[in-house]
Amino acid sequence: MGTDLLPGTLDMLILRSLTRGARHGSGIAQHLKKISEDVLDVGESSLYPALQRLLLSGWVTAEWGASENNRRARYYKLTAAGRKQLGVENREFDRMILAIQKVMSCA
Amino acid sequence: MRLIRRILYFFRQPRQDAELAEEMDFHRRMLERESGDRYTANRRMGASTLAREDARGVWLPLRFESVLQDLRVGVRMLRRSPGFSILAILCLTLGIGANAAVFSWIEGILFRPYPLVAHQERLLAITGTARGEAGHTDISWPDLLDLQKSCTLVDSFIVNKIMGTTLSLGDRAERTIGSVVSANYFDAIGVRPILGRGFGPGEDAGSNAHPVTVISYQLWQRRFKGDPAIVGKTQRLNGIEHTIVGVAPEGFLGTFVGWAMQFWVPASMEETFEGGAYKLEDRGARWIEAYVRLKPGVTLEQAQQEMSAVATRLETDFPATNRGRGVKLWPLWQTPFNNAGTLLPTLGIMLAVVVFVLLIACANVGNLLLVRSFARRHEMTVRVAVGANRSRLLQQLITEGLILSILAATGGLLVAHWCRHALVLLFPARAGVAMTLPGEIDWRVLALSAGVCLISTLLLGLVPAIQTSKIDLAGALKSEMAGVVGGGHGKSWLRSGLVVLQVSLSFLLLVGAGLLMQSLQRIRNLNPGFATQGVLFTAIDLRGAGYNPQRAKTFDDALLQRVQALPGVESAAFGRSTPLSYGSFSSSPIAVDGYQLPPDEQPTVQYNQVGPAYFSTMGIPLLSGREFTRADNETALPAAIVNDVMAAQYWRGDDPIGKRLQVKGQWRQVVGVAKVSKYQSVRENPKPFFYLPFRQDFSVGANLNIRTRMPAETIAAELAREVHALDANLAPYEVISLQEQMDRSTSPQRVAVTLLAVLGGLALLLATIGLYAVMSYTVSQSSRELGLRMALGAGASNLLRLVLAHGLTLTAAGLVLGATAALLSTRLLGNLLFKVSPRDPLAFGSALVVMTVAATAACFLPAWRATRTDPARILRD
Repeated sequence: MGTDLLPGTLDMLILRSLTRGARHGSGIAQHLKKISEDVLDVGESSLYPALQRLLLSGWVTAEWGASENNRRARYYKLTAAGRKQLGVENREFDRMILAIQKVMSCA
Repeated sequence: MRLIRRILYFFRQPRQDAELAEEMDFHRRMLERESGDRYTANRRMGASTLAREDARGVWLPLRFESVLQDLRVGVRMLRRSPGFSILAILCLTLGIGANAAVFSWIEGILFRPYPLVAHQERLLAITGTARGEAGHTDISWPDLLDLQKSCTLVDSFIVNKIMGTTLSLGDRAERTIGSVVSANYFDAIGVRPILGRGFGPGEDAGSNAHPVTVISYQLWQRRFKGDPAIVGKTQRLNGIEHTIVGVAPEGFLGTFVGWAMQFWVPASMEETFEGGAYKLEDRGARWIEAYVRLKPGVTLEQAQQEMSAVATRLETDFPATNRGRGVKLWPLWQTPFNNAGTLLPTLGIMLAVVVFVLLIACANVGNLLLVRSFARRHEMTVRVAVGANRSRLLQQLITEGLILSILAATGGLLVAHWCRHALVLLFPARAGVAMTLPGEIDWRVLALSAGVCLISTLLLGLVPAIQTSKIDLAGALKSEMAGVVGGGHGKSWLRSGLVVLQVSLSFLLLVGAGLLMQSLQRIRNLNPGFATQGVLFTAIDLRGAGYNPQRAKTFDDALLQRVQALPGVESAAFGRSTPLSYGSFSSSPIAVDGYQLPPDEQPTVQYNQVGPAYFSTMGIPLLSGREFTRADNETALPAAIVNDVMAAQYWRGDDPIGKRLQVKGQWRQVVGVAKVSKYQSVRENPKPFFYLPFRQDFSVGANLNIRTRMPAETIAAELAREVHALDANLAPYEVISLQEQMDRSTSPQRVAVTLLAVLGGLALLLATIGLYAVMSYTVSQSSRELGLRMALGAGASNLLRLVLAHGLTLTAAGLVLGATAALLSTRLLGNLLFKVSPRDPLAFGSALVVMTVAATAACFLPAWRATRTDPARILRD
């Protein structure tokens, strides 16, 4: 899935899912799926490039740690810059949704 | 920030890849656990290899794999057309190799000339200056000590004056050269002897007070067979037993560009080697060549200012010796007293020339690539059609250029490596002097060559890139074959431009080579004022053998008698110095009866001490009076012979014969007037000069000049026998002709001519190849047009004329451009030109002829091929 999302929203969703603390890739996917009630099923092919993009931009950092079932997993953590970016994207998203709603309700 | 992260990622790529794989594997297992079976998990995950590629692609947009792929394709392309590849690589190898060789010479001769010497970047040469005289003078020891005391910006003063001696070990005598140096020499230049010690403080004071020597590694190995107990042994040098106190490390050759020193003695031994009087306390005796090492951060200008202030003070303190005298600092690469100075203009011009050669080579290869890019238009079109974007295409082309230039750079560095010692070969050999002009291939040279390689890559990659940027899919699929011969077509301007560039640069180099060749010719044909044919000279190192003046006089007389009696010898005469040698003539302040000195003028004139029959032996004409005879000895009236320039200057048209001349405080009578000749350089202007009878100003050790029709080898053998008969410990130096002496003194010109002729020839060859390649291509691409013309009735001669005209038009454009450039730039040859105008019509004319002939030859074959076009076949196709 994920390809049907508005462009750029996946990055925002990932950042949002990390606000409550670090998660590994699988955790992020699970979280998105659960919160969205199975609507957003993010696959590897969009999740990992997105995570690399966030790393490259410095919005998240990655660290290896032990997972809940005691295996090695890479945990992503929001940075200060990432938190700021989330705010920016959030506002931008709201503006966009509002605009879309206006267009849709006017017709 | 992003760039830094990218770079960090690049260096940790293998680990990053592994981590990504592990992370995704973990994800997959989590899914598996959740859904219970692998199939569903896989389905939900998607294609994981692709995902991994995408994830990595975020970091490295220009992927390593694609570079590898380009390399593979590039190598395949080169192997598919080996003729093209070999030609291209050869052209570039010559271009880059010529550059690297000249870089390495400049590095090894001008910038870091002294192997093992520390901090050469802070080393400067120091000389004296005399007001109203161009060039430089040597420095006196007391002046140097005063400078040393007063200059705060200088770390150390390093004295280094080269000397010759005869080294006799057992029954073998051989000529060798060494340096008289200050006691701080080895410490100051940071060279530690591998055995024993350098010189200690105070060893450069006193008259012949410290007979110690440090010998070179080479001498130690060659003459002392690497004796490990050499330190403490003694060796006779110039008649005095010297204790060997140290052995210099291997590879240390002293501090004189061009010549490898074999031994060093402290300045206190100056008298023994330099001859004449004890000079360490004589402020008027200028004999030192020296270097200074600046303190870190001090500039040449600051140091010069400080030194000039000290020199001004010395002028007021010691007016008798120092009036009008200054000091001058020189960057190492301008050092006036060794071969750096003589090679500087040549190497400077070579630098410009090799850049031209490289440009020509690049233009050539660029043209070849361009021609091939037409042939590859189909391939490129297909690649664009299946989705390659233009930057990807450009990457491919630049990679191909890079392969070519890396191969060529490797070859070029090999060429430079082989040419390291080539410069020495261009200099005439002289006995007893080990010439060394090594190229130095260090990181700076490598970096510069890499830069050259990079630039040529860009140039090479850009040419076809300009072409591909014009790829238009529809047009290319129609595979149009434009006629290129008749009428200008937009697409050929680049190719034509490159040919014009090559022709013009080659023409420029040919003009330069022609000018230098003429200069050399003029120098060789120049009348030096003495006979060059049929006069030989040599020397016997009596001072080295410990002769005192009395013994030397007896020996000289006896030898002269024996030599004059040899069959084939017309006459023989001693002279203290021989014209055009490295050693300088004596000079003395003079006074002339009836000549009023203008204020502030203290005329100093150079002179030579010569024996009876010197003028007839040397072939220097006497204009009036007589030459010295055996009667002009110690007891006779002091006599002198002046040259006509001196007569005109100081006697103002009167006949100087019988008039008085004061030399070194002694009045003498002028007995003859000799015609002016060349004394120190063939290029000097006529200058005042005089001669004294050898017996009246005697010094041990002189040159023997012999007028004979016999070859030098015959005389050398007979002379050796006669010398041996008189004293078994003596051997004469090499016997050479005055012509040989002339040739040696003009070797910088000959080096310049040889190098420029070689590179000019290379450029001509490259340009001819370039022209030929373009014409061939043009003809092959225009076969349809040519066939049509033929079918419509054009004869073979018409076609021949058509194609030749096209090629020669390009050549003419190149010639016009090259001639303009040459007219503007040949005066930069400056000092290397001798009595030749930088716009000499003969040089321009012959370059024009050579270039035109070469161009016609290059165009003729393709033109002839054009006439063989079969119109029937063309029309059928």
